[in-house]
Amino acid sequence: MQFQFASFADFLTMEGHGIYVWISYGVTFALLAALAAFPLLRRRQLQRELQRQQRIQQRRHQAEKERKTVEPA
Amino acid sequence: MAWQWFHRLGSPRWFYQKTGAWLPWLALASVILLTVGSVWGLGFAPQDAKQGNSYRIIYIHVPASFLALAGYYIMAISGAIGLIWKMKLSFAVMRAAAPIGAVLTVIALFTGAVWGKPTWGTYWVWDARITSMLILLFLYIGVIALARAFSREQVADKACALLALVGTVNIPIIYKSVDWWFTLHQPATIKLTQSSSIDPSMFYPLLTMIIGFYCMYAWSLIAHTRTLVLQREWRTQWVQQELSGMETQGKGGK
Amino acid sequence: MSSAESLSMAGRNHGGPSLAALLRVELLLALRKRADIANPLLFFVTVLALLPLGVGPEPDLLARLAPGMIWVMALLATLLSQESLFRSDFEDGSLEQQALSSQPLYFAVLIKAAVHWLVTGLPLALLSPMLGLMLNLPAAGYFCLLVSLLLGTASMSLIGAVGAALTVALRRPGLLLALIVMPLYVPVLIFGTGAVQAAIDGYVFGPQLAILAALLAAAAALAPLAAAGAIRISLDN
Repeated sequence: MQFQFASFADFLTMEGHGIYVWISYGVTFALLAALAAFPLLRRRQLQRELQRQQRIQQRRHQAEKERKTVEPA
Repeated sequence: MAWQWFHRLGSPRWFYQKTGAWLPWLALASVILLTVGSVWGLGFAPQDAKQGNSYRIIYIHVPASFLALAGYYIMAISGAIGLIWKMKLSFAVMRAAAPIGAVLTVIALFTGAVWGKPTWGTYWVWDARITSMLILLFLYIGVIALARAFSREQVADKACALLALVGTVNIPIIYKSVDWWFTLHQPATIKLTQSSSIDPSMFYPLLTMIIGFYCMYAWSLIAHTRTLVLQREWRTQWVQQELSGMETQGKGGK
Repeated sequence: MSSAESLSMAGRNHGGPSLAALLRVELLLALRKRADIANPLLFFVTVLALLPLGVGPEPDLLARLAPGMIWVMALLATLLSQESLFRSDFEDGSLEQQALSSQPLYFAVLIKAAVHWLVTGLPLALLSPMLGLMLNLPAAGYFCLLVSLLLGTASMSLIGAVGAALTVALRRPGLLLALIVMPLYVPVLIFGTGAVQAAIDGYVFGPQLAILAALLAAAAALAPLAAAGAIRISLDN
């Protein structure tokens, strides 16, 4: 097994077919990367959503506590 | 008793915890295989006598086409399991499989079209394979669109499962009819891939890429299913712990 | 009057309505909605009348396009009329009643699809020779066009019923229905136009018609099953 091209420039042009080959590989790997990135991004989004809800809940608790301490007086 | 694993598999939580350990290995395997396969296919596999270097697109086109079709069956089968055994997790797998399959179909179509330019002199020919692939994409889009139309996830799950099953029954008929239609209109064709007569020096990198794509597919399917599980089991305590637990770890790292 | 009311009238004598009674009731109900019958036909004729305006009046070109265009437009006309297949029965609750009744939902769906074919597919097919005439369809194609459309529209009514049942609970299913059903129509379209083209070119077209008939048989056996399942899912919504 040996490298099929005489030089790196040859490897890039592939006797005129380079553009087709490289575009195909580029788009494919970009789409695969997007596929891989989606779950990670979605997870982060869910985490942020959870934090936001927890903060809202905390604030509500605090507000309730304050009201209870104020009311008797 | 023998069915215990099956029922456990139906539990989203069990699935989530079990598969967490597999993901890094699958990711590693797919990255290595895809890298090795691409370098091998691009630089070291011999040039094709007829098509020159443009044939090197085969190393992504064929695996993507394989998985695009297999993905539809995976989607339909998990939908059927969900319908029959009322398994929540199975529906999540089905819903995760739809966009992944659609992306792979787009890859297969795109690479096929780009490959067509140096081979046939045009980006698009109504070749039997390409046409079937296009209809497969429509089938995927139908399932995805149907899923988005319902407001209740449970109904969407069942409806999509049914549609996927109907599509599965139809796929062989569609493929056969498109094949027949194509031979009717263009009797002489250039066969792009004749895997039976492919030389070993070209076949081994192809095999590497196919296995790499399968690993990548498995990884994506599991990862997408896991996020769907998190999203659907949002109210449960274990999901909230899971999500906030990871957050504190992340902060500690900084 | 809804299907439910008429059904209870039709089935007064014996426990449930017989299939013939069901068919009669559905047909009467369908015939009462004149606009629903006329619209697909008018659509079919109008769009095909636009074709020469789009591609030019050259007879040879029209003759080449005629079988395919007539078939595609018949497909669209069937599809567009399918949206309302279960709609009114879903809204007034008679679909739910049918799902609960002792009569299998399978037959109810089969009859609905049959009635849909009687009021859309059949007139479309009968109208097609006239459109063939306007589009300069070669003489050898007429018989085959008529028969292939008779068989093909019946298959499409059945297949479309699955899509209609899946989307009946949605508020505006029109385009979604087209999206999910159209790929499933592909084999019917291919063999239908293939048959007409073969007839025009002077080849045998029997095999294609036989395949169309086989597709119809398979659709009649399986599609109502899937549609019945889809109705139960939609009723859950």
